[in-house]
Amino acid sequence: MNRPPNELTRTGGPYVVELREVTRTYGGVRALRGVDLLVERGELVAVAGPSGSGKSTMLHLIGTLDRPTTGTVRIAGHDVPGLSDRELSALRARHLGFVFQQFHLAPGVAALDNVADGLLYTGVPPRARREKAAAALERVGLGHRLGHRPHQLSGGEQQRVAVARAVAGDPPLLLADEPTGNLDSAAGTEVLAVLRDLHASGTTILVITHDAEIAAWCPRQVRVRDGRIAGDDGPGTGRRPPGPVPATTKGAAR
Amino acid sequence: MTGETTGGRLVPARLGPSDVLRTGMAGLRTRPARVILSALGIAIGIATMIAVLGVSASSREELLRRLDRLGTNLLTVSPGRTLFGEQAKLPEEALRMVRRIGPVRTASATGVVDTTIRRTNHIPEAVTGGIAVQAATSGLLATLEGRVTAGTWLNAATETRPAVVLGARAAERLGVTRTGVRVWMGERWFTVVGILGPMPLAPEIERSALVGFPAAADYLGFDGHPTTIYERSAEESVEAVRAVLPRTVNPENPEEVTVSRPSDALAARAAAASAFTGLLLGLGAVALLVGGVGVANTMVISVLERRREIGLRRSLGATRGQVRLQFLTESLLLSALGGLAGTVLGGLATIAYALARGWPPVVPPWAFAGAAGAALVIGTIAGLYPAMRAARLPPTAALSAT
Repeated sequence: MNRPPNELTRTGGPYVVELREVTRTYGGVRALRGVDLLVERGELVAVAGPSGSGKSTMLHLIGTLDRPTTGTVRIAGHDVPGLSDRELSALRARHLGFVFQQFHLAPGVAALDNVADGLLYTGVPPRARREKAAAALERVGLGHRLGHRPHQLSGGEQQRVAVARAVAGDPPLLLADEPTGNLDSAAGTEVLAVLRDLHASGTTILVITHDAEIAAWCPRQVRVRDGRIAGDDGPGTGRRPPGPVPATTKGAAR
Repeated sequence: MTGETTGGRLVPARLGPSDVLRTGMAGLRTRPARVILSALGIAIGIATMIAVLGVSASSREELLRRLDRLGTNLLTVSPGRTLFGEQAKLPEEALRMVRRIGPVRTASATGVVDTTIRRTNHIPEAVTGGIAVQAATSGLLATLEGRVTAGTWLNAATETRPAVVLGARAAERLGVTRTGVRVWMGERWFTVVGILGPMPLAPEIERSALVGFPAAADYLGFDGHPTTIYERSAEESVEAVRAVLPRTVNPENPEEVTVSRPSDALAARAAAASAFTGLLLGLGAVALLVGGVGVANTMVISVLERRREIGLRRSLGATRGQVRLQFLTESLLLSALGGLAGTVLGGLATIAYALARGWPPVVPPWAFAGAAGAALVIGTIAGLYPAMRAARLPPTAALSAT
């Protein structure tokens, strides 16, 4: 890339995620065996595959939580293998939002503070953090639950708080790892609806799932099998709006 | 976004002090019982040290106050050795000479009489009970600012008669509790006319049986040479008096005179920290060390339990340094809490003990500073290893842990 990476992210340069010939080996196990993946701004992409297919490893690499054994990983224009741990931390703070299968909310802490603490490492001053947190909770439809603690919320609501935490800082890329995996179908539907709305407002979203129904719902599907990409609708296709949110997701199958 | 430079370089945002404190407290808030238990170790260690220092400082303060009450203007003069190593004698007129020194307010003398005091003549002569028989001038009680607990002190009449006044310890050893009793001295009976109270500045008087100078000469063969002269002067001229005393007492052989200040011995005792204090202080240090190990243990467990939280924070953008700082802060808060509780406990223990013994409760200010310092050092050392472990956790490992 010749242009400064910053401009790329600002102008919505071609690719938010760029994996080229990426391999990742743990000990003697080859989790990824040469993966190419390009994701443009504003796409909603499902990375689907059975357990052990390597999709979790892909999530770790895209989330800059891990480094590739060989190959190129570029996130928001930044070349990951060339960055120090501190730089990667800054990259995660500003360019990435994570939603996990187990919501990872701090127990006994109000929803507003759970979301505000998600901005702790972004350099936003405390007062602004709370304002952004309130806005993010409003966006996921929890504007009336700011003071509720996790145990006072339903599973779907807890996951929506986690989504709010991930998007409060307006990161260019949202990574959702089995976001409906721990939810019943009604709650799963509610979370998918939130993702749909975020996508509609321009957020780039990567959903990692083993659930075929959710994968099918996403406008672009990337199928992973045995550490390789087995099928890809191609860059840009994820910009289309998703279909209607599936009424009955079998998210809790695992 | 803030923190990112125009060149596109990625610089992690710095956490403000209040944010660092908040992250440090995050772990403590959710586990109050464990916080109390692990801070308790530190608290006990700090409390022990504060109490030991406080109690010894209180006892020293009490000693100094007593010294203040007794006065430091008392000097004693006693014979030293002659050039040939023999026991020297003070001249008979020594007391009169001392009284002539300008600033001297009062002076009196005692002289050792070579005889014994016994309860009856049936007790063998060798059994003296460690009691010295001394001749005393009638002004002695005033010079020493002592008092009698029973009977009266020697006066112009009784100092010529076979009458004796017993020091507190002497009376105790003889089993004499009231006056009017007869005791066997030399080869005749003497009547006990008074018993003295305690004499902190002249413990040798407490162990003496005192008779008047004339009586000692008449009945006990006393040679009239004083062996100790007690003298009080104005506080500010003590040193000047001390300088001229030897020459005044014995102009021919001033080097045969020893002058001492009894209050110096008390002051020295006040200054010396007893070995016992050192031992207890060591015990407190061990308790503190054990408390530190407890905190370290708690922190290690906490890190193991909170792998998911650490992973989440790393995914939110926390650097290794920020994770390390979080756990170090938590450990410091833990030990600071223990230190604070320990200081309060130690202070209360000091006050309770001192009041029970009638001492002024004192804790030296540097003990508080030391407690704070010790708590911080322990907290840092105890937190260092767990914090390093937390920071070294790979973010992915932390996330996959369930």
